[in-house]
Amino acid sequence: MNHEYRPYTLIAEITYRCPLRCPYCSNPIDYARHGAEIDTDTWLRVFHEAEALGVVQLNLTGGEPLLRDDLELFIEKASKLELYTNLITSGIPLTFERLSRFRALGLNSVQLSIQGTRPPESDRIAGAPSFHRKLEAMHWVKSLELPLTMNVVLHRDNIADIADFIKLAEDFSTDRIELANVQYLGWALQNRSALLPTREQLERARTVAEHARGRLQGKMEVVFVTPDYYSVYPKSCMDGWGRRFIVVNPEGFALPCHLAQTIPGLHFENVRQCHLEEIWHHSSSFNQFRGDGWLPDPCRTCDRRARDFGGCRCQAFHVTGNAGATDPACSLSPDHGRIESARRQASHLAGLPVLFEYRSGRGFTQT
Amino acid sequence: MTSATARPQLSRKVRLRFDRRTGRYMLLYPETGLELNRTATEIACLCTGECTIDDIAQHLARIYVDLSTAEIKRNVHDFLNTLAGRGLLQGLQ
Ligand code: SF4
Ligand code: SF4
Repeated sequence: MNHEYRPYTLIAEITYRCPLRCPYCSNPIDYARHGAEIDTDTWLRVFHEAEALGVVQLNLTGGEPLLRDDLELFIEKASKLELYTNLITSGIPLTFERLSRFRALGLNSVQLSIQGTRPPESDRIAGAPSFHRKLEAMHWVKSLELPLTMNVVLHRDNIADIADFIKLAEDFSTDRIELANVQYLGWALQNRSALLPTREQLERARTVAEHARGRLQGKMEVVFVTPDYYSVYPKSCMDGWGRRFIVVNPEGFALPCHLAQTIPGLHFENVRQCHLEEIWHHSSSFNQFRGDGWLPDPCRTCDRRARDFGGCRCQAFHVTGNAGATDPACSLSPDHGRIESARRQASHLAGLPVLFEYRSGRGFTQT
Repeated sequence: MTSATARPQLSRKVRLRFDRRTGRYMLLYPETGLELNRTATEIACLCTGECTIDDIAQHLARIYVDLSTAEIKRNVHDFLNTLAGRGLLQGLQ
């Protein structure tokens, strides 16, 4: 068995539906045009196949996973398979009774996203009144003694509030806070000029997060994810294409990354027709960016290639037009100028009122 | 720092799971996991809140007869501190 390519985590995007409309949503921008969701039995089979393939972690996500009324069955099955099951949710719509049921069925942890530290800001970004209900949901998670991660997506408009986010997480005794800067793909790329913080904002936030990490060590884990627009080298996207993760989207397509379908020319198999193991080992798309053979210059001879695998394929495609290029976020990329100009734009726009294009059900292509 | 009479316990968010592929145990927690070697597994299995750190060291001493007590204690303390640093352990003072 080759452990170089073993999926440890299945990201089950069980629906694209969501009551919120965050402008940085990582779902495809044309999500409304996607087909029907796969049914309960297919998901149950997928969990089974994933476990047999080596998966030990299951992320139930979306969209908003709470909108599937078979979520209980998924949690029950995952627990039987001994998968560590994380529910990744906006907390809406949830009731205490339903959450108690999830816990009894074996749910292992909850990750809840909040958009701001006060109702007006939070609700403005989420595109719907939701702040108070989220706090209530966090309270339920804690009272049921479920491990809680508070997830905050940082961008220009809320990054200055980072200390307040950490304070809020402490007030709720969350086990973990994830302060992740927006990844500029999907909806976030459309909204990049409104979202990208300036370097000064970012450095200030990083300092606050580092302080908190030291102070809270062993009590609450503080994770700060920099936007790679401001790093020298890119992140290893998904720990390498087709190496550690499988995403199955609401329609049943198995993907190495949740936006992989936005790259033209790649063919993806569907779990309705194919066994997951077959897909993992033999899909031409999973194999396309595995190993060293496909690497472009300057990655080909770069020492960091075993660490970042040349960065994100989707970002390479969406910024340079070539999915096989070095991630332009890398300072060594010949296309890095495009990232630098986005940064310059961010510093010009600093302080101006922010206009978002909300995630909407139409999809841009139909307007 | 760890005291010999503390009774460490894996945090609620942690699950210990046997991995059929590697024949090893893993500690799973949100977003990630740790693959354990044999010693680490022995220690983790005893982090139930009932055994003291001394009990754990004594248990290991019976298995690893060729290691000195000092070495065993160091191993146990290092591993427990690693877990505690990641928030995976409670009951350490
Ligand atoms: S990012 Fe916002 S809109 Fe998108 S799925 Fe998550 S909560 Fe819903
Ligand atoms: S050149 Fe390629 S391998 Fe080297 S740091 Fe940049 S993206 Fe990574």
